[in-house]
Amino acid sequence: MQRYSAFQLFKQALTGNTGWQRAWRDPAPKPRYDAIIIGGGGHGLATAYYMAKNHGMANVAVLEKGWLGGGNTGRNTTLIRSNYITPGNTEFFDHSMTLWQGLSRDLNYNCMISHRGQFVLAHSPEQMDIYRHRANVMKGQGIDVELVGLADLSRRIPELDTSPSARFPVYGAIFQPLAGSVRHDAVAWGYARAADARGVDIIQQCEVTGITRAVDGRVTGVETTRGPIKSDRVGIAVAGNTSEVCRLAGLRLPLESHCLTAYVSEPLKPVLDHVVTFGAGLMYVSQSNKGGLVFGGAIEGYNSYAQRGNLPRVQNVVTDLLAMFPNLPRVKLLRSWGGIQDMTMDGSPLMGTTPIPGLFLNGGWCYQGFKATPAAGWCFAHTLATGTPHPLIECFGLNRFETGHILEEYPQGPEPMLH
Amino acid sequence: MRIRCPFCGERGLEEFSPKGDAAPTRPALSNKDPEAWHSFVHLRENPKGQHREYFQHSGGCRAWLIVTRDTRTHNILDVTLARQEKR
Repeated sequence: MQRYSAFQLFKQALTGNTGWQRAWRDPAPKPRYDAIIIGGGGHGLATAYYMAKNHGMANVAVLEKGWLGGGNTGRNTTLIRSNYITPGNTEFFDHSMTLWQGLSRDLNYNCMISHRGQFVLAHSPEQMDIYRHRANVMKGQGIDVELVGLADLSRRIPELDTSPSARFPVYGAIFQPLAGSVRHDAVAWGYARAADARGVDIIQQCEVTGITRAVDGRVTGVETTRGPIKSDRVGIAVAGNTSEVCRLAGLRLPLESHCLTAYVSEPLKPVLDHVVTFGAGLMYVSQSNKGGLVFGGAIEGYNSYAQRGNLPRVQNVVTDLLAMFPNLPRVKLLRSWGGIQDMTMDGSPLMGTTPIPGLFLNGGWCYQGFKATPAAGWCFAHTLATGTPHPLIECFGLNRFETGHILEEYPQGPEPMLH
Repeated sequence: MRIRCPFCGERGLEEFSPKGDAAPTRPALSNKDPEAWHSFVHLRENPKGQHREYFQHSGGCRAWLIVTRDTRTHNILDVTLARQEKR
């Protein structure tokens, strides 16, 4: 692998930028691998990277039906945070935040990680009490967090409407300094390049059409549009299409696919230094390095595999944005796009083993897939390499619905659309 | 997305509330098999294609509807009254 550095940049500039190499190879699939990962998004590529790096398994293939990071990895609002309160979630997302912090250096790839901090607004004294509880749990876990009063808030986000006449008056906020934004494409490309350098085969334009099994039920490989490939271990990391891929193995899952839309405005001069989340509805906004306001809201609410939403949600999300920032109504919306999310019955991911020997699952990420990428890859690599779930993801097991160990960050009952 | 309510005619999506998959049927209350209840409460087909689902015309006549829709295109193929279905 050609190392990226300031010296390399300088050297290439002097020689007309003709010496840059491909970032990763384009190999033909081999007939057999030690492990196959279905899905070349952030999670699949991170899994391959950590299998090679942490477990010395390099004879691994990542199969992607389209192009790398063309699914949800390239469709999220690029935010990372770890402000969770439920045991299991807190530790897992804290591990993810630790990995994010050293990621660019680890991958030798600039992921443009920006710890700009996230404010979640409180719109009533009672909501401040709930945040105080959340902050105490986070501090107990060693996660840096602070409660911010109104005066401090209006100083740090000058454009925010903190007046008592606001549609939903603001009382304060909970602030996580380490939260922020990451260039999402770079995460897919960085993991792909680093995994490829360690010998992993990344095979694009290769759709899995079947999962082959032995007489005793064990997984023996996959059928693809580029021919059959054998392996004793197959990991699925295809969030959005998890039900469809698991159907190939006869598995029914406790989840539904829903569409979440993200939006970006025309580029503006710097107006927003942090990530801000509305507290009286589901809506979050940050400003990209190019100047566009990147924001998103809630899912559409009905099952969907169409990567686009409908107009009522656009109006709803934009109304929330304007309730916080009433000075923005004349800003033009540049574009919007949808991503398909696995919405599970309790709002928490599905990770680990399945009833089928040799078949492993990483899905059900709801709203939290992107921020989970490094830890999900780390723990799924462990699961694939050892055959047993990593301790951090034992709570995300598929069988928790049968045993009653539901993991709900926001208790809503078995209603995927509400999580 | 516009849904044709049998009573009110074609209306915008904002008048309707989705309530998910219409396929699961509740096991008999005398059924003591945990597997049957797990399947009813949690497991879903989640098809990529035709899907029958409940919507309530909450911003209109409040009738419960079963909408058959293609989840790939949002194309609505059929709308019937939920109460006409034998449960």
